[in-house]
Order: sequence, then C-alpha cells, then structure tokens
Amino acid sequence: MIKKEMIAMLLAGGQGSRLGVLTSKVAKPAVAFGGKYRIIDFPLSNCINSGIDTVGVLTQYQPLRLNTHIGIGIPWDLDRNVGGVTVLPPYEKSTNSEWYTGTANAIYQNLDYMEQFNPEYVLILSGDHIYKMDYKIMLDYHKANNADVTIAAMPVPIEEASRFGIVVTDGDNKITEFEEKPANPKSNLASMGIYIFSWKILKDALIKLKDQQECDFGKHIIPYCFNSNKRIFAYEYNGYWKDVGTLSSYWEANMELIDIIPIFNLYEEFWKIYTSNDAIPPQYIASDAYIEKSIIGDGTEVYGKVFNSVIGSGVVIEEGAEVHDSIIMNNTKIGKNTIINKSIIAEDVTIGDNVELGVGEEAENIKLPKIYNSGLVTIGECTVIPDNIKVGKNSAISGVTTASDYTDNQLASGGFLIKAGEE
Amino acid sequence: MKAIGIILAGGNNRMMRELTNKRAIAAMPIAGSYRGIDFALSNMSNSRIQKVAVITQYNARSLNSHLSSSKWWDFGRKQGGLYVFTPTITAESSNWYRGTADSIYQNIHFLKSSHEPYVVIASGDGVYKMDYNKILEYHIEKKADITMVVKKLTDRSDINRYGVVAMTDEGRITEIEEKPLETNLSTVSTGIYVIRRRLLIELLEKAAEEDRHEFVRDILVRYKNIKKIYGYKLDTYWSNISTVDAYYKTNMDFLNKDVRDYFFKQYPDVYSKVEDLPPAKYNFGANVKNSLVSSGSIVNGTVENSVLFKKIYVGNNAVIKNSIILNNAYIGDNAYIENCIVESNSTIKANARYVGEAGPQIVIEDSPLYY
Repeated sequence: MIKKEMIAMLLAGGQGSRLGVLTSKVAKPAVAFGGKYRIIDFPLSNCINSGIDTVGVLTQYQPLRLNTHIGIGIPWDLDRNVGGVTVLPPYEKSTNSEWYTGTANAIYQNLDYMEQFNPEYVLILSGDHIYKMDYKIMLDYHKANNADVTIAAMPVPIEEASRFGIVVTDGDNKITEFEEKPANPKSNLASMGIYIFSWKILKDALIKLKDQQECDFGKHIIPYCFNSNKRIFAYEYNGYWKDVGTLSSYWEANMELIDIIPIFNLYEEFWKIYTSNDAIPPQYIASDAYIEKSIIGDGTEVYGKVFNSVIGSGVVIEEGAEVHDSIIMNNTKIGKNTIINKSIIAEDVTIGDNVELGVGEEAENIKLPKIYNSGLVTIGECTVIPDNIKVGKNSAISGVTTASDYTDNQLASGGFLIKAGEE
Repeated sequence: MKAIGIILAGGNNRMMRELTNKRAIAAMPIAGSYRGIDFALSNMSNSRIQKVAVITQYNARSLNSHLSSSKWWDFGRKQGGLYVFTPTITAESSNWYRGTADSIYQNIHFLKSSHEPYVVIASGDGVYKMDYNKILEYHIEKKADITMVVKKLTDRSDINRYGVVAMTDEGRITEIEEKPLETNLSTVSTGIYVIRRRLLIELLEKAAEEDRHEFVRDILVRYKNIKKIYGYKLDTYWSNISTVDAYYKTNMDFLNKDVRDYFFKQYPDVYSKVEDLPPAKYNFGANVKNSLVSSGSIVNGTVENSVLFKKIYVGNNAVIKNSIILNNAYIGDNAYIENCIVESNSTIKANARYVGEAGPQIVIEDSPLYY
C-alpha cells in the first residue's frame, strides 16, 4: 500500500486581485518574480528541497499559465512514479458541482486525492509567498510537540501586528488565543498561512464542516480545531518571508533581490529555487549599454541603460532607453529612447520609441486607488504602448493601445486605461 | 524520421592544448550557455530523429555528466532514446576505439537492431543549425550512396586540419584529401554524413576485416570512385571548434548580432542541460560592454568584448577584455585579464594579471575549493 508520511496541498486558485492588471490573465502564483521565476516556484522548490515529493496544486482562477508552467513537474523533480505533482482543478460530481468556495472547501473537495497516499500529515501551503523554508524541520517540531496542528508564524513589528492574523502562545508555544487583525495585539506572532495537520484531525474537521459556506482555514477549520481542544502549536520562523499580495510589496520584494548582499539570497548553492526555463541563451550587453545594481534574465539584450531594476528573460531594451527602479517581465520590448521610471511591466509587452513612464506628480488613481498607489506604473501583459506617449504615476494600462486612446499623447497620473475586452 | 543518428564525440586533439585535459571536445562550453554537443543533439532532435547514439572515449566524465539526462533534448522516449557508447570489453574485443569507423563498428549491434533505413552521422565539435531531413531528401534525389555535408571556407588559413574535397557541378565528390599539407581546394567536409544503414554495416564490416579503422581515410577515400559520394553544400553558419584559435573565434562570433539572432532567436532552438541558476547580477561598479553574460554570474568590474559563461564572479575593479571565462570561475578584485581563455573552476587571485600576447592564452588556476 502506498504510504507517504507527509504530502503538501498548495492553494494556487486565487486571483490576487490586489495585483491589478498583473493578474487579469494569470493566477497570482504564476506571476513572474525575480527575473526568471514565478511565485509558485518558491513553495514548490521548498517542497522538493524538504523531501516532500507529493504535491497537489489546487487551481481555479485562470489556470492556463500555471498548468503550462507546472507540466508534469520536471523542473522541480516532481515527475514521480508514485506521487509527484498533480494539478487539481474543481470538477463536476454526481451530486453537486461547485467551484472551490474557500481554502478549506478546496481541500475538502480533494479528500480522495489525499486519501490515496495514506498520509500521516498534510502540509497546507499557499502559492503567493516568497521564502525558503525547510518543512521537514517544521514537521519534526510538530511531532516533538505531539501536535494536532502546527501553524508557522513569524514575529512582525508590534505596530504592524494589527494587519495580520495574530497567534498568542503560552511558554511552550502552544496557541492559547487567535486574533484576526486585532486593534490591540497581545502578541507579535503573525500566522504565515502555512499549516501542518495530522491527517486524521484534518479529515475529521473537513468532513464536520463540509456544509460550511466558503469554508476557510483561518476562519473555520483552525477555530473548529481550537474549540474542540486540539493541540495547536506555533512554529516560529525567523527567516525571510514575504507576502507579495500587493503591487507595492511585490515591487519591494523584487527590489530586495538587487541589494549587494540580498537578505533573500538566490546565489547560494544550498536550497536552490527551481523553475521551468523558457530561455537558455546568455544575455547580451551591447557596447553602449550600462547596467548598475540590477539582475537580468537569460537571453535578454540590453542596448540602453538599466539602473536598480529586475529584468526578466528574453527582454530587449533598445538603444537610448533608460530603465530606473522597475520590474520588466519576460519577452517585453522597450523601444528606443524610452524612459521607464518605477514601473511594473508584465510579460510580452511592447513599448514604443520615445515613451516616458512614471512622469509628473503623483495623483490618486481614478478608479482603484487601493490597488494602484505607491507611485507605480503598472502595465498588464501583452499590452502595446505606441511611440511618444507619456504616462503619469499611480496608473495602469492593459491591452493593445493606440495613439487615439491617449489625450495629447498622455495618460495623466492616476490614469486607468483598459482596452475593451480586458478587465 | 527515417534515420537514426550517430554523434562521434570521442575525440581529443593536441590543438586544443590544455583545454581538453579534463574533457572531450564535444563537452567544451560554447557561447555562454551551451556545450559543443548541444548543437548536434539539438539538430537531431529538431529533425525528429528519435534514436541517437553518442560515441565517446576520451575523458568522458564531463560529457557524461552533461548527458546524464536525455530529457533536455527531448530524447528519453519509449520509441528511440539517447544511447551513450563508451568502449567496453566484450568476448570478441578488448580494444579501445581505434578510429572513427572502428568506434561505430564496435557498436554495430546498434545499427543492426535498428529498422530505420538511413543513418545520419555527425560530430560533437561542430557549431551549426541544420535540418538533417534536407540532406536526406538531397541524398535520395541524387540516388547517392553516401552524402557528406561540405562547406566552402572563406578563410583558408587552417584548411590543413580538415578533410578537403573537390566536386563536380552536380555535386559528385571526385577528390577527398584528409588533412592535406598543401592544397588549392577550399571546400571541406563538415563531418556530417547520410548513408543507408545496410550499406554502412557492409562497409564497416569490410573495413574491420581488413583491419582498417578510419571512416574518412579507409572508407570514403578508398570508395570514392566505386560508390557515389555526393556533397551537400551548407551555406549557413558552421564552425568547427577543435583548435584553441577556432574555439576562441567561434565564441567571439556570438558577439555578432547576426550569429546571435540565428542561434538564439530563430526557430528552432538549441537545447542544453538546464542548471537552475539565478539571473545574472550587476552591482555598483559593473561596466559591461559588448559581451555575453550567463546566468548565475555576479559582476562588480569591467567586462569588454568577452564571453562570461555560467556562475562567474567578477571582483571589484577587475578588468576582463577580449576573453572567454569558462563556468564557475572566480576573478579576484583588481585582476586584469586580456586575450585569455580562463578554464572553468579557476580562481584568479586579486591583483593578478594575465595578457595573451600571441593569440589567446589559456589560464588554469585550480582552486583548492574544488579538489
């Protein structure tokens, strides 16, 4: 009989609407990160590096890019005879058919998947965090405590604690209280959304709460376990961990990679991050190019100047162009003499000649000020921006735009230009 | 595809000097991210040849580790696959491969047990892109016994390292000279052949009976009047890397946009083993001009007209000019390197100075870290 000590269930179905146009066509875990990776590479690489070779990836929102990226799991060595990676979309059933309505509901709908591996423990992960973690150590901790549930938690500055789900622990790290975004937090240990469950406990809770609307781990499963006096422990994690759920946190996490010695170091031999490589060729840096404090992906050609930026694979930055403080994803083309300031530009974008992004004074975004802020210009994938356009701050553009979409060749700060058929 | 593939990757020669002390020529790193054999292997795969044998003998460790999985070139299928043949002791023979023909002859079971009617033979030291189906079509159209791919050299300075041919207007090869001391011909064999499988078996068995072991000298040259040997003219980029100068020049060719676009951007791709390295990183003080830089590298100094392979560290104020830095080398602060080929895993100490005076100098500074 197949027996896997611990299997992982990776929640990758969310849209990540706070990333705006970056996730209009792809799920958040499939968004590019750090020049050549996608966000989901981090939990997947953590799994294989921790010796977990069975991973179910739950998908729902825009799964095409994610499915293509994961394939049969070859880049992560997750192509296995037994186990390996399995993509788990919602499916039609004889009695009822529903989408995944919540994190725990998604796991509940895949009880059969988990059951076939006969696991002792199930690790619940989310596909939108950047970190390196050895889940094996967390499992050892879970076992040593004879725990039913272990929640990874990290200390955050106490003044920021009210933004997180906070756990309060006793001297043995046993959790005594939960506080969701408390006004006056009693502790600074924030839940990271990473859980180890003893399989029997998880299965029981999922079945008991199967009729719960939008059944969620944080809101329903953990409180249920807590109220039925299960042993719940906090596993304190002190390494680098970043939720890249907003445009500004996504931008910051990328920018942290270009520090002289980054806190989150991708250049260590130990604990490699694996990804599906689209490009193999080296990058070419031309005679008139200049690059400072940046990372650049494979196959990219730089004829212009790049400062403080993260550039993906297969990008072309033409002569006279200047890129400052920006993230440019795979296969995007930046035209001649174009100036890019503090922008996030998604994949397969074409930006014409003499364009300027990120000009002028900041102004609040006219449509979605909560999403487009921090002075960033955000360009969705496959967007085309014609020559001679100027774009202000806190703005977003998506779709194939032409000069007639702009007033006086300009999109003012706070502008929002989404072409028909796009969202 | 109606053919199987054989890649001759056994070789070493003195003209590569110290560069082949630790690897076969076919395992030489090329153009930042590739190795010699990737070009022949990718061409086979892109021509939909599904079954390929790589025959290797000299210092195969590096080549074997590159070929440890066949998945990167899309081999490893139920139908076909990638086979690596090194010499083995059998009941019949305990010889090393004594020549190119002998190396195939010793693996003749591979030919006999296949059912595809044709064989494409290529070498592991050519840098080129080619759809072998085109030569096969030509071969059939000409009703040839053997078709060899030939290339007219514009620079004849090192012609005496090649097999040189003369051919008629129809393409029939009339003369073959192997590595002539003096010749006025300028068309050379690229070491790529198409031949019917049964004919190859017959010719190899005959040669073995007579104790002859070289494919060119003992088969092509001797049969050129008896068998119909045709030349297929290649008019796209082709380079053989098997001398230090040619190796250096081939790498530098990739700084040329046309060559780069042809190999890196035009379909189909050249494949190589994936090494999971992070993107290249440029810190303050980096000043890179007209150079190729590969993944995993960290640049703090000046790099001009050079090719940096994977995982190169360039220290503060270090200067690299007109040089090739092979995988995983460490260039210390203030080092100065010009006209050099720095061997992989080398550690160049701070303030060191290496300048190749007459042609590229090979620099090998083994690091205690790796031994």
